[in-house]
Amino acid sequence: MKQTQLIMGMPITVEVIDIGALKHFKTIFDYFRKVDDRYSTYKQDSEISQINTGLPKSKWSAEMKAVIALCERTRKETYGYFNIAHNGRLDPSGLVKGWAIANAANMLKNKKVNNFYIEAGGDIQASGTGSDRTPWTVGIRNPFNTEEIIKIITIASEGVATSGIYIRGQHIYNPIQPEKALIEVKSLTVIGPNVYEADRFATAAFAMGKKGIEFVETIPGLEAYMVTGDKIATYTSGFDRYVVNA
Amino acid sequence: MRKYLLGLIIGVVFVAYSTILRHQHSEPIIAPGTLSQNSSPIPSNSTNTVNSTPPAPSSTTTAQYKDGTYTGSVENAYYGNVQVSAIIENGKISTVNFLQSPDENPNSIYVNQQADPYLKQEAIQAQSSRVSVVTGATFTSNAFIQSLANALSQATQS
Repeated sequence: MKQTQLIMGMPITVEVIDIGALKHFKTIFDYFRKVDDRYSTYKQDSEISQINTGLPKSKWSAEMKAVIALCERTRKETYGYFNIAHNGRLDPSGLVKGWAIANAANMLKNKKVNNFYIEAGGDIQASGTGSDRTPWTVGIRNPFNTEEIIKIITIASEGVATSGIYIRGQHIYNPIQPEKALIEVKSLTVIGPNVYEADRFATAAFAMGKKGIEFVETIPGLEAYMVTGDKIATYTSGFDRYVVNA
Repeated sequence: MRKYLLGLIIGVVFVAYSTILRHQHSEPIIAPGTLSQNSSPIPSNSTNTVNSTPPAPSSTTTAQYKDGTYTGSVENAYYGNVQVSAIIENGKISTVNFLQSPDENPNSIYVNQQADPYLKQEAIQAQSSRVSVVTGATFTSNAFIQSLANALSQATQS
């Protein structure tokens, strides 16, 4: 049983196996709405918008301070590639999505819901198993054809997140270095111990270009699958163990 | 009110544009790959896809833009900048070029080269669509929409 709602400008889906868990759907979607109210840079009255128009740090909520601290920690862990400061404004959305999904997943676990996944804008936190006690399966979308899946992985309580560009074609090229299109990273999917870790490292590693996959390889507990413009996938040494029919 | 209308038009154009791209690039599905990057991918007959292509929006707004090339604003796609230019021909968008994309991040980074030999490669290949849930990128498109919106607003100004 699953439900999808459009929140934070993206579809958010919660699927549960036990009928008794349905009553928690509202709590979860309400939580995402609350997150959006606080962190949306598109809402003028959100706390983040107030901060960007001069709200002094002494008036920030404790949660906001904690989130900004997580962003700063991530910046240091990613050679500065994860950076929420742009043109004097803060935008923590690259971390908030994974963080919020992870929090929502913990809310369900605290309600003794064990078998579920939560997906928001292509990032996923799973728990337990799917129907008939089979593992949750996650398809990695083809960046060249968004209707198609190019890899299937199974996860238990891990998180998965993808960063990438799916808009391409002959119109999108680098006129100075046409061959560069072939080596450009189209998408980078990261599997981590939870979606918070997967999301923040997927965001940062994607920004590193082709080096991103090497960066993920060096981090224990993370695996990644990178698709480049030549339609070749490069993946980390431990990725195989998640692959169906590997 | 004009803002909303413009937003709506841009939304429709964006959906139409992505649909067109999708059609244009129904590329051959690639056969099981090898670990070598030198191998040339062989088209296969596999036809597993997730769904049929969604129908194009029926109420297409045929906005009459002024012909020319319009450069959109630089939008932050979080890990880099996205900027597009729209070429308008006969009042319609003929081409959208990416002037800046996140891949072209000029910063360099030191990453332990030791990681390289452990990485593996394969050609991408269509799989069964029978999965619980799909992972994919979403948010770059926001920056794309913003930059294109900016370019098109210039095309409508007289």
